[in-house]
Amino acid sequence: MKRIEPAAIQQLLDQLKGEEVYIHLEMTTGAYAAHRGEANLAATAFISNAIVTYSQGSIAGEGPYRVGLKTEKGWVFAQGLTHWEDAEHDKLIAAGHDGDGKLVVALQISREPF
Amino acid sequence: MTRQGNILVVLPHPDDESIIGGTIIQHIQQGAHVTYVCMTLGEMGRNMGTPLFANRVTLPRIREKELDEACRILGIHEVQKWGLHDKMVEFEDRAYWVQRIQELIRATKPKLVLTFYPGHGVHPDHDACGEMVIRAVSGLAPEERPVVQCIAVTRQGKQLLGPPDLENDVSDVVDQKIESLLQHQTQFQLMMGDYSPDKPEKKERYKIERLWTYRF
Ligand SMILES: [Zn+2]
Repeated sequence: MKRIEPAAIQQLLDQLKGEEVYIHLEMTTGAYAAHRGEANLAATAFISNAIVTYSQGSIAGEGPYRVGLKTEKGWVFAQGLTHWEDAEHDKLIAAGHDGDGKLVVALQISREPF
Repeated sequence: MTRQGNILVVLPHPDDESIIGGTIIQHIQQGAHVTYVCMTLGEMGRNMGTPLFANRVTLPRIREKELDEACRILGIHEVQKWGLHDKMVEFEDRAYWVQRIQELIRATKPKLVLTFYPGHGVHPDHDACGEMVIRAVSGLAPEERPVVQCIAVTRQGKQLLGPPDLENDVSDVVDQKIESLLQHQTQFQLMMGDYSPDKPEKKERYKIERLWTYRF
């Protein structure tokens, strides 16, 4: 995984828009919430291989980054993205890692199921 | 500036208007007609009331009612809820919304537009909203352009932007402003902290509102 290059992510988002794609979206607080002094609630959520089609997708922020995808009836959103897999050329594999390198958030988009 | 004619307020969340609630009240008292575009319903907010009285499904309706009440108390003449999704303003089709804002400016001919200062909103929705308004106004002929005054909430705002162009004393209407602000009950704790009317020192911070004029 490498530090996110927004232009490369944007290119992948454009490449994958307008067709049915598989999405993995995940968020987990792990020890992060406690570290930040928030109520110590360990929470995790993920949805794997959800099929969506988005009409617009873009990356925003100055790092960590945010990605928003507009679907027919709603949105897919991830905030806190720091890294991506630059070896993949037809799928997006992005994640946000905390200071200890632990994964906090993941967003993956592909034409094939993960 | 004389405080009459039309004023357009464009902000992304219910309760954003309370930041400049006193200024809005003063303009209205002096005869201005205020239209407020509230882009989202703040439906992704994390505050669900204390004790909890809202959930993800009910929150948009509840915040819409809070907004209506707050605006009624401020005296705002027209509230337009544009229905963008909370937190997603920056990912929207900007060109489309810029055009909508332009159309509204051409239709209502405001002499003043109030919004967030792009880059000084802290929340991405605030920045995106401010950017769209600035783009909309930039696209107008110079003689069509209303004055745009902006809210800056970043800590370094004063250093980067210089002192505010308007340091508005709203002491005369601060009770009405706070009454409006209190309508956002789901957000009450967040916004007011441990505010209570019998703590005069808490009231002080609501008495001055700062605005920066955008220079095109
Ligand atoms: Zn806001």
